[in-house]
Amino acid sequence: MELRIDTALVIRCRELAAAITSPVSDFIAAHSTVAVERSVLRLLGVDGVGPDEIPVPNLIVDALVHEDRARGVALSFAKALAETGLDPRALGEAIAAGRVTVAQFATVPDEAARGAMRPFVDAALARVRANRAERDARLAELPQLPPPLLYVIVASGNIYEDRTAAVAAAEAGAQIIAVIRSTGQSLLDFVPFGPTTEGFGGTYATQENFRIVREALDEVSERLGRYVMLTNYASGLCMPEIATMAALERLDMLLNDSMYGILFRDINMKRTFIDQHFSRMLNAYSGIIINTGEDNYLTTADAVEQAPAVLASQFINEEFAHRAGMPDRQIGLGDAYEISPDLEDGFLYQVAQAQLARQVFPNAPLKYMPPTKHMTGDIFKGHLIDAMFNLTSVMTHQTIHLCGMLTEAIHTPFLADRALSIENARYIMNTARHFGEEISFKPNGIVERRAQAVLADCAALLERVADLGLMHAIEAAVFADVSRPPDGGRGFDGVFARADDYWNPFEEALLYAAR
Amino acid sequence: MRLVKPYGDTMNDGKVQLSFALPIEWSEAADEAARQLVAKMGFIDVQVVEGRSIATGFSTFVVYASTPQSIDADAVKAPSAKTHAMSMDEIDAYVRDHLGRKIRIAGACIGTDAHTVGIDAILSMKGYKGDYGLERYHMFETFNLGSQVAVEDFVRFAKDHAIDAMLASQVVTQKGSDLKNFTSLVELLEAEGLRDRIVLICGGPRVNNLMASELGYDAGFGRGTVPSEVAAFVATSLAGMVRAGR
Repeated sequence: MELRIDTALVIRCRELAAAITSPVSDFIAAHSTVAVERSVLRLLGVDGVGPDEIPVPNLIVDALVHEDRARGVALSFAKALAETGLDPRALGEAIAAGRVTVAQFATVPDEAARGAMRPFVDAALARVRANRAERDARLAELPQLPPPLLYVIVASGNIYEDRTAAVAAAEAGAQIIAVIRSTGQSLLDFVPFGPTTEGFGGTYATQENFRIVREALDEVSERLGRYVMLTNYASGLCMPEIATMAALERLDMLLNDSMYGILFRDINMKRTFIDQHFSRMLNAYSGIIINTGEDNYLTTADAVEQAPAVLASQFINEEFAHRAGMPDRQIGLGDAYEISPDLEDGFLYQVAQAQLARQVFPNAPLKYMPPTKHMTGDIFKGHLIDAMFNLTSVMTHQTIHLCGMLTEAIHTPFLADRALSIENARYIMNTARHFGEEISFKPNGIVERRAQAVLADCAALLERVADLGLMHAIEAAVFADVSRPPDGGRGFDGVFARADDYWNPFEEALLYAAR
Repeated sequence: MRLVKPYGDTMNDGKVQLSFALPIEWSEAADEAARQLVAKMGFIDVQVVEGRSIATGFSTFVVYASTPQSIDADAVKAPSAKTHAMSMDEIDAYVRDHLGRKIRIAGACIGTDAHTVGIDAILSMKGYKGDYGLERYHMFETFNLGSQVAVEDFVRFAKDHAIDAMLASQVVTQKGSDLKNFTSLVELLEAEGLRDRIVLICGGPRVNNLMASELGYDAGFGRGTVPSEVAAFVATSLAGMVRAGR
């Protein structure tokens, strides 16, 4: 089942994506953010909270004077390590308790500081590598069922209820569990600490919450004889810190988009570009598969009209990921089944878009999102729409399949909703397992013409973005009809230029590892 | 007086379908537990047509039963805010005639809610179900503040921009967060002395007009609402306020 598409146009789109991201990469290389710096501390093992529940990494980074911050938090912190002889966690606690400040060690020579830091950097990277090796070993021992990998969300607000729901979903056939975050978390400029039992529309992403669900999923994986993956959301103002926590607690996937936060959460674009780059360098190293957020173009605007924007965003996300050292097999580009069920031949357009993505990104573990926009309180119709989505996914060989919920528009899923949803997907995907290999598209038929038109419009869109430059294109509302200024939005005050002697030992090591 | 019962295939058979999960292992006894539970709810002729395990320690059931209860459909009142059906052009003309100036309307997803689908459907140019959004109206000046707007910021905006009508949207309803946010908006408007001169509307998939009036709103619009229904309500309400000299 192959669409005949203009492969020269696909190559042109990739060239354009490279031209679009190249100047942004230059900008990224010259800047850092408070979130990147806090990630450096978290990787070293700095954790916990100080007065007023402020996380220790925030306390340390916020206390840096301008000149020290521009050189990177690592150097100031390393000087304190060298002089105090404490390990990073103990030093963090001492700072939180007000017993020492990093500023008081400013006279320690840089070289001594870097030397004192080295073993802790090595230990952190060793832990990340060990997690990656453990995932590989478990996957070899406990192989997953063939894709599409069924992905469901748990979102009670209480991590212990989420754990129960996650285990139940795994038993019902889920292969990936996402703990949806509390709805306000993407706008917090810190990561909450410890296990949490209160949240709205989801559960806070904290390192301890990650650990609790990981442990439960490891147990159920062994019992079921298949590895169940865990995912969360590296988006918002703490993107690289979430990526850090995920690397340390062996999450398997992360939502991690290069533009989603800018367009849909009004997070400053410079902040987002810098943060996504460091996050992805880390994800590449920790073996985490990223999921991108193109589904959001379709939920906020007309799905038929926005199809070229989805493809364009996929090209840009792919290129940004490559620039951070990610291989194709870790780049889960997103799409969604959001065309109105009232549109004649809407299913054909969905198949066209899904198959187009499959052919353009043959080695990417594509992430396919379920219908949400046109789901109503009519759960019976919703269950049918989900079935058509499931059919599209299996016939076009999507990889990561977010199961649609019949109660999508009503509440965060009940335990039984999740079971019904998984049962729907398993039925359709089993009964139509090799359908895609058995059929071919009518040459120049509706599906093929639609795919060709989307590709052509995508190329035109990328040409326009390349002409304008990505930052100005976003300001000109080229994506999702949303306009964001380069210096507007949340988190801009946390962006800063690197000094000539800026130092981030993890960035150095990750760059070295990527070569 | 018009007493009615649920209708299966015969008048007054009272047939309903239920499905639910129980936190017990499935067994024949679990089916019986489900049957007895539904009987305790007051249903009769209870039939558990499906029962099975969905996870360790959890079972799910599909049950058909009859209710002995009935309701006097004539005695039930749920006033709708959708009483003045008008097209976009008719509404623009109505505003020109009755107010003689543009209506300034602001919408926001309040609290931490990030789901703008409802507010965008009503306000954005494109609208919903082929019904143009308020941005397209000549006689509305529209401010879409987007998602995650603090109630305090929303009220300050209304004050600073001489807003005539406010549209608060809530999609997330977990643990009553929507009701808390809706309530705090009303309270703050009252505290600021603004409540009486603003048409205050709430919206969302779980909102209805009766609930909205109980919370102190002028109207509530739920699922399926199109922009012209909201626009017509705002226009007629403001015209009424002008007539009343407010």
